[in-house]
Amino acid sequence: MIDGNETGFSRRTFLASGTVATAAVPLAAQAKGRTMDQAAAVRAETGVPITLRINGGNHRVTVDPRTTLLDTLRERLGLTGAKKGCDQGQCGACTVHVDGRATLSCLTLAVAAQGRDITTIEGLAAADGTLHPMQAAFVDNDAFQCGYCTPGQIMSAIAIVHDGHANDANTIREAMSGNLCRCAAYPNIVAAIEQAAVQMKRG
Amino acid sequence: MRPFTYTLADDAPAAVRQATVPADAHVRAPVQLMGGGTTLLDLMKLDVMRPDAVIDITPLATARYGNIEASTTELRLGALVRMSDAAEDPAVVRYYPVIAQSLGLAASQQLRNMARLGGNALQRTRCNYFRDTSYAQCNKRNPGSGCAAIDGFNRLHAVLGTSDHCIASYPGDFAQALIALDATVEILSAGGARSMRFADLHRLPGSTPHIETSLAPGEMITAYVIPAGPWTRRSTYTKVRDRESYAFALASAAVALDMDGATVRSARIALGGVATVPWRATEAEALLSGKPLDETSATRAAEAAFAGAKTHEHNAYKVPLGKATLVRALLTAQAMEL
Repeated sequence: MIDGNETGFSRRTFLASGTVATAAVPLAAQAKGRTMDQAAAVRAETGVPITLRINGGNHRVTVDPRTTLLDTLRERLGLTGAKKGCDQGQCGACTVHVDGRATLSCLTLAVAAQGRDITTIEGLAAADGTLHPMQAAFVDNDAFQCGYCTPGQIMSAIAIVHDGHANDANTIREAMSGNLCRCAAYPNIVAAIEQAAVQMKRG
Repeated sequence: MRPFTYTLADDAPAAVRQATVPADAHVRAPVQLMGGGTTLLDLMKLDVMRPDAVIDITPLATARYGNIEASTTELRLGALVRMSDAAEDPAVVRYYPVIAQSLGLAASQQLRNMARLGGNALQRTRCNYFRDTSYAQCNKRNPGSGCAAIDGFNRLHAVLGTSDHCIASYPGDFAQALIALDATVEILSAGGARSMRFADLHRLPGSTPHIETSLAPGEMITAYVIPAGPWTRRSTYTKVRDRESYAFALASAAVALDMDGATVRSARIALGGVATVPWRATEAEALLSGKPLDETSATRAAEAAFAGAKTHEHNAYKVPLGKATLVRALLTAQAMEL
């Protein structure tokens, strides 16, 4: 398999450069009457230097106070596992752990996440690549189709096992209701969590 | 989202002093206190809320504001307690089940992990005409602009406590438990501490729907105090939604009963999903007091609770649904084994 990064070209860098080029025209066309946004840009440049502890490591980054934890993870730190679905706290695709609790990173300001222990989907597998039991269970049970909601599903799933909400299919469904799956892989997601819960309790 | 300055509070009186702004600013005050931020940040993204400054008060949770204290006479819930922690606290679950259930049936696990009790009771309506700034008419958002919901799509709107200026439904669940159990709100102001009945916290929309509470700008809820009584253990929250989980109430009922056999010594009833504010159904309570509780008397009480209902084009279903929800809650509370 060819790693895109080794060739110096990846899908993500292509998308980023493509976006800049296409966005330039409408922005210029709308320049008139955008004084509020121009003022915002000035404030953004001044930024706030923060340190975030993510997956056990410290990351220093300067952010506009408006930047969410989700955008900081994805756009500044290259941790694109957490997904942006609704950006309104309604879909759960952005779920990460903050101090062990399942948290919506789209409704968390990056500046407010300082001093917390943040875990993302990238922090689950062992150093040798061995998957977390929950990740393995999602694979075993075919608990996804398009996969977009999966990182959020897995982060919520691990938290509900730790919190004691994964006792049976009903409590799993209730505790997981904040994670929507538009492919409706729900039965397999519940099966995966039931499988992993047993393994996680065994340690 | 518009630019703002972010401050981390390390001292409650200082935070309140900083947040104190002219008294006519109300809920769109330029300085906002933020707990979990789940409502505030959402509304800032939607450009409904436009604060110049946000003061993050979560560091104050290390003081008493973050504690749950249960004694034989009362339950004290700090304003910075997380919804999920209160919903699963053993004393709350056992002695105040209506509180635990109202919190556990609200939102999603992630939101319950983030949102704090102080802000929960102050959450803003889910009226789409309030949340979507492309609608010019909303008396809550732009006082005097009119109400787009009255002649609009109003399936989710209130039938009790409405006015010609606003029919937005109060969206929360926890507040119904608090008003039913005669809770008191403790408040920190720039001038010092004060308290009020929870029943006095929310204001009917009347001709000023933009003024939602009796809090002055800058005032901070620090705790709720709920008196213990024989009714607090026999209490329950029934919530009916479009889907079984993670949705706002179409109709809900918080009920607490003090029973002498099959006879009601006293009933405490609050309704959610159907009213513009957390709604205490005093007429229904009076009808049940001293009477045997069965499906007939419960139905009569429910009729009384909705006697003043005013429906609009799409929400007439809320009257029979609300009545049935209350009847079910009353009979569920009666059947509880303590």
